[in-house]
Amino acid sequence: MDIRFDKVSYVYQPNSPFEHRALNNLSFSIESGSFVAIIGHTGSGKSTLLQHLNGLVQPTDGEVTIGPYQLKAGVKNKQLRELREKVGVVFQYPEHQLFEETVAKDIAFGPENFGVDQEEVQARVKDAAKATQLDNSLLDRSPFDLSGGQMRRVAISGVLAMNPEVLVLDEPTAGLDPSGQREIMEMFNRLHEEKQLTTILVTHSMEDALSYADHILILNHGEVYREGPPLDIFKQKEALEDVQLDVPEVIEFLSKVKEQHGVEIPYEGQTIAELAKELAEMVRGGRDHE
Amino acid sequence: MSNSMIIGQYVPGESFVHRLDPRSKIAIIFFFVLIVFFANSVMSYGLLALFAIGAAASSKVPLPYIMKGLKPVWFLIIFTFLLHLIVTKEGDVLYNLWGWKIYEEGLVQGAAISLRFFLLILVTSLLTLTTTPIEITDAIEELLGPLKKIRFPVHELALMMSISLRFIPTLMQETEKISKAQASRGVDFRTGSFKDRIKAVIPLLVPLFVSAFKRAEELAMAMEARGYRGGEGRTKLRELSISKLDYYLYALFILLIIGLFLTRS
Repeated sequence: MDIRFDKVSYVYQPNSPFEHRALNNLSFSIESGSFVAIIGHTGSGKSTLLQHLNGLVQPTDGEVTIGPYQLKAGVKNKQLRELREKVGVVFQYPEHQLFEETVAKDIAFGPENFGVDQEEVQARVKDAAKATQLDNSLLDRSPFDLSGGQMRRVAISGVLAMNPEVLVLDEPTAGLDPSGQREIMEMFNRLHEEKQLTTILVTHSMEDALSYADHILILNHGEVYREGPPLDIFKQKEALEDVQLDVPEVIEFLSKVKEQHGVEIPYEGQTIAELAKELAEMVRGGRDHE
Repeated sequence: MSNSMIIGQYVPGESFVHRLDPRSKIAIIFFFVLIVFFANSVMSYGLLALFAIGAAASSKVPLPYIMKGLKPVWFLIIFTFLLHLIVTKEGDVLYNLWGWKIYEEGLVQGAAISLRFFLLILVTSLLTLTTTPIEITDAIEELLGPLKKIRFPVHELALMMSISLRFIPTLMQETEKISKAQASRGVDFRTGSFKDRIKAVIPLLVPLFVSAFKRAEELAMAMEARGYRGGEGRTKLRELSISKLDYYLYALFILLIIGLFLTRS
């Protein structure tokens, strides 16, 4: 589903001493089937933006269009339920929302709420558990007996079981160990590719934004600060530093190589280790020529 | 982020009322509540109202905030007024509406009781509007100090109060976060039958309890790690102190009491 924000503003606690403008005249659009990373400093409005995507909050001003659904300032949307079924949101620390007696019941909670029939629900629970690499033996355990990483997978399965068309991820890997982080991100990437899910990732990891997203949106004070393909965005080192954001290590490395040795290596998703090898070969190759 | 929460809704400021010692404020409010019941003439009510409204005005808390605090009790105020109007049957008949008579006494008593209510709520909500919860608990601990002699756990009580107050906003935030997460999974908290709505609360309450217990455990551990062992010999970061302002308040309040007894009929 195409997503469009049209001059959206959102104000917390209007007309009070605590008034706070989280989004300010925000306009952008996201194409169906793309993988967009939203980055920005704490308090830049990322979380507020994300809550607009399935109608948890309504714009104070402006209009949000998500596929056939519209959220307009001051107009009550009667299809919120449908919208929430189509847009799955994985919140920060989603394991805090677990409550059922067993893992399977918790995963089934979403689809059951949306009126999916039992047989289908059971099939989806199996699929979702498989997608997040949850062992079938865990399905009958209490979610509160699991480890932090497993709980996270259960919570993510619960969202996947709703079969959303748009997947919204709010720092889905926060607090996990490095290998868990990689596994979870790889899983989302696979889902994005296999099911053509429109994926929106809010993250603090520039590395993740670079490796997975095909479009990056930088927010600052509730406004779009920069927007574009990752490689274009990460070329603008100074602009990023102005809003306290870093350039991914790999890009930084490549630009240093270019600066110091005059060698330009195109970035094709290599890791630092792969680049090191590539460079070593270049150096060796260079010597052979001499 | 819930904007309907007024309990403990402190509005920061630098006014006279803000700078008073919280002990003074609590004591004065306590005595004010007592003397409100001695008023029985227009003049005496006028004096009390002048004091209460004057205090509210000098606190510089925006009027909408004060009104918001009064909102839940408006109904009670109007209800008592009407009740007196209907039930009391003394004095002259002021108005006769198809055999339903309004008596003078009814009107007077209704107005008096409603005014009392209004003044009490105004003054007490002024306390929470101008005093941080921590100041209030500190003051209560000090004021209850003498009870330590009979082994009443004053410090523990104050600590419990401040911890619960401290965690109200945290739990509110948590509630909001979890309810949003569950709403995203299709829970509908607002519509449906009574039974459905009760059922919708379970996915909210279970995670909330789980996290509250976890938090409590973590807090206890952190306190022990930092060597907490009760109130014995414990000093305070913020020492309460009575200043000149407080003496002005006492003087003003004594004048109010004298005025009240002079204008009583």
